[in-house]
Amino acid sequence: MDQIASNIGLLIDYPVVNLKIIIDGVMIGALFALAAYGLALVWGVMNVKNLAQGDFVIGGGYVSWWLVKNVGLHPLLGVPAAFVVMALLGGALHGTPVHQWARSQKKPMIIVSLVTGFVFIVATYLGDSAGSIAGYAGMVLTILLIINGGIYNLVISRVIERDLFTSLLATFGLAIMGAQIMNLLFGSDTQSLDLGYDTLYFADGLIDIPIAKLIGVIMAAALATVVIIFMKRSRMGQAIRATAQDARAARVLGIDTEKVYAFTFSLNAAICGAAGAIIVMVWVIQPFYGITYSVRAFVIVTAAGLGNLPGVIAAGLGIGAAEQYGSHVFGIGYQQAIAVMLLLAVLVFRLMQQKRNRQVLQ
Amino acid sequence: MSVQKTGLYAALLIFIVASPFVFPTFGVQLGTLWLMIIVAMTWDMTGGQMGYNSLGNIFFYGTGMYVAALISIALVYDVGEYTGASGGGRYDFTDAQYFTGFVLGTIGAGIFCALSAFVIGYVTFGLRGPYFAIGTLGVAIAAGELVSNWDWVGGGQGITLPVYPGDLDEGKIFIYFAYAITGVLLFIFLNWLYKTRFGAAINAIRDDEEKAEAMGVHTMRYKLVTWAMSAFFIGVAGGISAFQLISFEPLESAYQTINLGIFMVVCVLLGGKGTLWGPIIGAILFQIFKEVTWNYFLGWQWVALGALIVVTVVYFQDGLMGWLRTTRPEWFGLTVDERDDDAPQTAAAAGEGAK
Amino acid sequence: MSIIDVSNVSKSYGGVKANSDVSISVEKGGITGLIGPNGSGKTTLFNSIVGYHPIDSGSIKYEGQEISQMQVPEIARLGLLRTFQQTRIYGAMNCVENMLISLPHRKMSLLDTLKRNTAEDRERAEHLLEFVGLYEKRNLRSGSLSFGQQKLLEFAMALMNEPTVLLLDEPTAGINPTLINGLIDRLKRANSEFGITLFIIEHNMRVIMNMADTIYCLAHGELLAAGSSEEIQNDQRVIDAYLGAH
Repeated sequence: MDQIASNIGLLIDYPVVNLKIIIDGVMIGALFALAAYGLALVWGVMNVKNLAQGDFVIGGGYVSWWLVKNVGLHPLLGVPAAFVVMALLGGALHGTPVHQWARSQKKPMIIVSLVTGFVFIVATYLGDSAGSIAGYAGMVLTILLIINGGIYNLVISRVIERDLFTSLLATFGLAIMGAQIMNLLFGSDTQSLDLGYDTLYFADGLIDIPIAKLIGVIMAAALATVVIIFMKRSRMGQAIRATAQDARAARVLGIDTEKVYAFTFSLNAAICGAAGAIIVMVWVIQPFYGITYSVRAFVIVTAAGLGNLPGVIAAGLGIGAAEQYGSHVFGIGYQQAIAVMLLLAVLVFRLMQQKRNRQVLQ
Repeated sequence: MSVQKTGLYAALLIFIVASPFVFPTFGVQLGTLWLMIIVAMTWDMTGGQMGYNSLGNIFFYGTGMYVAALISIALVYDVGEYTGASGGGRYDFTDAQYFTGFVLGTIGAGIFCALSAFVIGYVTFGLRGPYFAIGTLGVAIAAGELVSNWDWVGGGQGITLPVYPGDLDEGKIFIYFAYAITGVLLFIFLNWLYKTRFGAAINAIRDDEEKAEAMGVHTMRYKLVTWAMSAFFIGVAGGISAFQLISFEPLESAYQTINLGIFMVVCVLLGGKGTLWGPIIGAILFQIFKEVTWNYFLGWQWVALGALIVVTVVYFQDGLMGWLRTTRPEWFGLTVDERDDDAPQTAAAAGEGAK
Repeated sequence: MSIIDVSNVSKSYGGVKANSDVSISVEKGGITGLIGPNGSGKTTLFNSIVGYHPIDSGSIKYEGQEISQMQVPEIARLGLLRTFQQTRIYGAMNCVENMLISLPHRKMSLLDTLKRNTAEDRERAEHLLEFVGLYEKRNLRSGSLSFGQQKLLEFAMALMNEPTVLLLDEPTAGINPTLINGLIDRLKRANSEFGITLFIIEHNMRVIMNMADTIYCLAHGELLAAGSSEEIQNDQRVIDAYLGAH
């Protein structure tokens, strides 16, 4: 109690500390907002509640980290690289000529996957981690191509039409698998990339802003802007919005909703991947950190509602700030609890709102 | 009850009583199997029979562990001092103290969990569908985080309970029977409950809650009572679990959201939602799968488990019983063709109605 | 004596006024009809009464008690029951199970519900199924029945529930015309034998004219006319509304 009181006192005595907390919160909130935006997209368009959201984020982080460590890529280029790789993993190839070609070439693809699998085993045996990861990636990619190109076709396409709990559980299974595969591939240590940039100081050093974080926030904002413009302007964006409103009507009007779904899901995976690549530059990643990002994404989307993009961004930034405040006042151990309590508070608030309308929240 | 059925139950009972003595090396696994059966059956009460898919039932397990532990400690020592020493101080329990603590602890855990189900359910049952699942998951995660910050109950370090006063194997058998008795009682209870009007009412909530509401069914009352009953048994199982583990901490063993919290759902889906035997069969299949992967695919066991969840949910959601129901409807007394109607069968079908 | 009093109720969706200043009353023990062209706000009024959405202004009283702020289950537990335009039954269960679930739970304590259904309950269920002509189908999965049969089942379930007032939303829509006379007869018998007050939305003029003591006609969300079936039949405004001359 005394501790909490003195923490609050600090905030009042030194108003500039508030500013620091808010800046920190907004920085982390921007990345939460990215993951939440992807979730709002798949939830709104496909009615899939993706609990593997956070694992896509962490997966993107590891893609970038691995490329920087093993191939020598510049960390900033890791962001687009993670975007592309996660899109492929999500199912971006679905319905494209490459996918059709892969399905027609089953035999050679199977041989390639066997060879890469062999490489993986031998390299692992010899302790060559780069080789083993490359072999593993090749094996996984070819297998994914053979059995239909990505997580979308394997799992997600089969849960879209099902009841809501199915997607929740199926993606939970994916999350467990994803976290464990990353744990096996990259180990359970926390990892990060150091950009080697300076830190800016303001207000007599009370506020410190590492340039790397600044770049991360700018990149997140840029990515969000590009996605928003894409959704507004492009044919695919229009098709996605049409499908979100009424999938059957969209089908009748000649939109290939299957393609739209696959694209939406891989776009979500890509956004998450890019967010992860930014996170690995400014904070740390670890195979099991995924769930925390998933929880945040759910809090934000539940608070903001579907199809409310400004709301998602505002809620993302807000929850970032609220968490920073909470952990400042109550201690760092409460950070996760605060996010979850906010979720419950939002649910209770919306419940009361609905009750006034003689409705239930469903 | 027919002769065959009586015989089957008698054989099962003998098997249950004899198994820890016949397979002494599997003492711990058999106890854990019972735990899985209990949590799967309790999850099915809301998830399968009532259509409310909770992801937060693990809250009652974890809370049951803590309540049982705290009661058994508080009967003898000051809790704050005990946990402060975190097993370091000299805190002895006599045999009588151990067993009183065990009995009062587990039952107290059940009662506490049932009461907390009323409180939490009052809020969360306003939520439907995915919001209910997410809301209950939120409760479980929040509880774990808060308990791990609560020093009076040991914080992140957890609690260490006294060990069983007697030799190790005897302790295993004691725990096994504690679980087994709870499980058998739960089975008898559910076998009765699902045939009452109450059982029919919660089935109605599952099939069409809006219709049930419009028919004047006290939906909230049924939902709360069902969840409280389910919470009671999970709480008891959690309490026993606390004495089985002896030493436990909040995030990984008590409020283990992504382990047991999900396993219980998978067990039910594997065996078949909304049936009496489905969760039991599912729990057995799941436990076998888990033991095999843990022993032979070490390192990859979690991946295999995740894959099992995905495959079950996506491709085999009706489970074993659901599959049998569609392929062998006559086994379940379902009438497909109106011509095989006759009076005795009608009565039987109506009596089994609640299944 | 009236059992439901709707006074000056208005309800709008965004800019669309679905009901404006509607006042009707339903006589206890009688059959009251509500007619009107498509989109005249009949179902909206129904939903306001049974509690599916809030009303903007006005009051709705059931036996003198204000119910316009109450939730659906609370209203249903007062004995005010409704059937749905698109029938709602428990499709996975058979007809007898559907009937047994419809036992009046509002009259039971928790302990009563922890008992099994008695032989009398089952007998009553089968009797009512016979009443609506579904006895032969009683052990079939109700989801496999035809739409018309499902409607009859829903009606039987409503009777099983022993309601004080039954609100029926287009009971004859989708029912085979040869069965309609039988249904009219059953509705009348439900009213006279079981003493259930009926409040019926109906499109089929012949049906409602045959049954109702009092008929209210809505058009464009406003109450157009009220009176006995002859009065309504001869009301020029009602005829115009139905022929679209407005």
